[in-house]
Amino acid sequence: MVAAAITDNAVEIAPGVHWVGALDPHLRSFDIILKTANGTSYNSYVVRGENGVAIIDTVKENFADDFFRRLESVAKYEEITTIVLNHLEPDHSGALPELLKRAPQARVYLSSRAQMMLKALLKPSGEKPPEYTPVTTGDEVDLGGRTLRFLHTPYLHWPDTQCTYLVEDGLLFTGDIFGCHFCDNRLFNDTVGDFRFSFEYYYAHIMRPFREYVLDAIALIEPLELNLIAPAHGPILRHAPRDYVHRYRELATPRLFNEARSEKTLVVFYISAYGNTRRMAESLAAGAESIGGVRVSLYDLEGGESGIFTDLIEEADGLAFGSPTINADAVKPIWDVLSSLTTVNVKGKLGAAFGSYGWSGEAVRLIEDRLRGLKLRVPVEGLRIKLVPDAGELDACRDLGEQLARHLTGRVEHREIDMAALA
Amino acid sequence: MPKAKVTFQDIGVSVTVPAGTRLIEVSEKVGAGITYGCREGECCTCLTKVISGGEFLAPPSILEDQVLKDNMAPRNHRLACQAQIIGGEIVVKPA
Repeated sequence: MVAAAITDNAVEIAPGVHWVGALDPHLRSFDIILKTANGTSYNSYVVRGENGVAIIDTVKENFADDFFRRLESVAKYEEITTIVLNHLEPDHSGALPELLKRAPQARVYLSSRAQMMLKALLKPSGEKPPEYTPVTTGDEVDLGGRTLRFLHTPYLHWPDTQCTYLVEDGLLFTGDIFGCHFCDNRLFNDTVGDFRFSFEYYYAHIMRPFREYVLDAIALIEPLELNLIAPAHGPILRHAPRDYVHRYRELATPRLFNEARSEKTLVVFYISAYGNTRRMAESLAAGAESIGGVRVSLYDLEGGESGIFTDLIEEADGLAFGSPTINADAVKPIWDVLSSLTTVNVKGKLGAAFGSYGWSGEAVRLIEDRLRGLKLRVPVEGLRIKLVPDAGELDACRDLGEQLARHLTGRVEHREIDMAALA
Repeated sequence: MPKAKVTFQDIGVSVTVPAGTRLIEVSEKVGAGITYGCREGECCTCLTKVISGGEFLAPPSILEDQVLKDNMAPRNHRLACQAQIIGGEIVVKPA
């Protein structure tokens, strides 16, 4: 944080619209997963209409005093008719229980998915939930001469997220979308320091797993007249706000040119101590390739780094992992890859595991469990081969590859099974 | 024990199951594409399209019904972690 200390009062961001958030310059990591080298901000806003006042989001509980002090500088609690919750994560809803006590007459507007979260949030206070209205795209609240219109923008980055558009002013309150962890008391994007890295870093860690939803949200936002974007973290985007929408579209577009085009893609990762798991991988890949319609790639994890493979995995339709078993576990390079996939969406991709082993061979089952945990589908049982695969066992690897390719291309033969036969 | 048959259309597998089985118990075992989150009927991750035989699933509980409504689930959709097979032949696929 730089420059003179910010006033305790609210900051006007448009006529009759004030920032009443809080600055947290000393925070160094957020939600465990994000580094915040210069802290963050929790942005909350007050919108004044002729018939009432709306509060858009609140702040983290520890910063409630700052929020209420700024709020009191521009509105009285009895004037508050409307509380909009664009996102119920505690950094934006921490001051809500106290706000509801101070303005019990206010009606809460939130997305349909947020209802259960609201009840969970108020549980410790013992307060019964306030009067609330679930809203979706196109629903409006009339503040008197000013209209709040809601946009259903789920999964950015929780299922409950939404945006709120102040129609007459072309002002969009976006929750975490277009936000970043960057604390600067000059508040506006044309006056703060260089926050480009923070903006992209935030997208990469928070929004990237939900890029399909980002594109859906952008489709709703792009047609709007946009004079200002007011996110829930970081600088308020009053200069060229549409540039940030364009940048989100770029970021949400697949990172790699799709070499496979209409083909399905299967990426086979392996690591091998004595070449046995490698031979399994090669046979599996050859089997998958033989089916046609599948572009197969083979990667030795020893020759790469897990971060590099993330883009590849994000684009792949199917993933197979081969690992020997060492000390009753899959080896670390496998876990490094499988623990670095929270920033991309792998749900529903095809997954499989295989590996050579000496004594106990736990790696394959452990990898399969992890793949299921990541919400991949694992329709073909993995293949464990004791030590050196012989010709028949390599044929089994080839068969596994063929089965994976058939699943990827929708050419799997129908099977009838009795549940009693399943493990 | 009465039997039922559930077909997971996305992977082309039909499984004969005892009546009373929940979809989650069998879909994971055969590697169907239905994915799970909370497994308690709250998160809606396992939303599943019932292509046919919906009458052979026990009716949704109040909780499941509410979660389906909250998530604006289309008709003929159920939560696989909740839906219990009571007989007959059912065909499902991930939503």
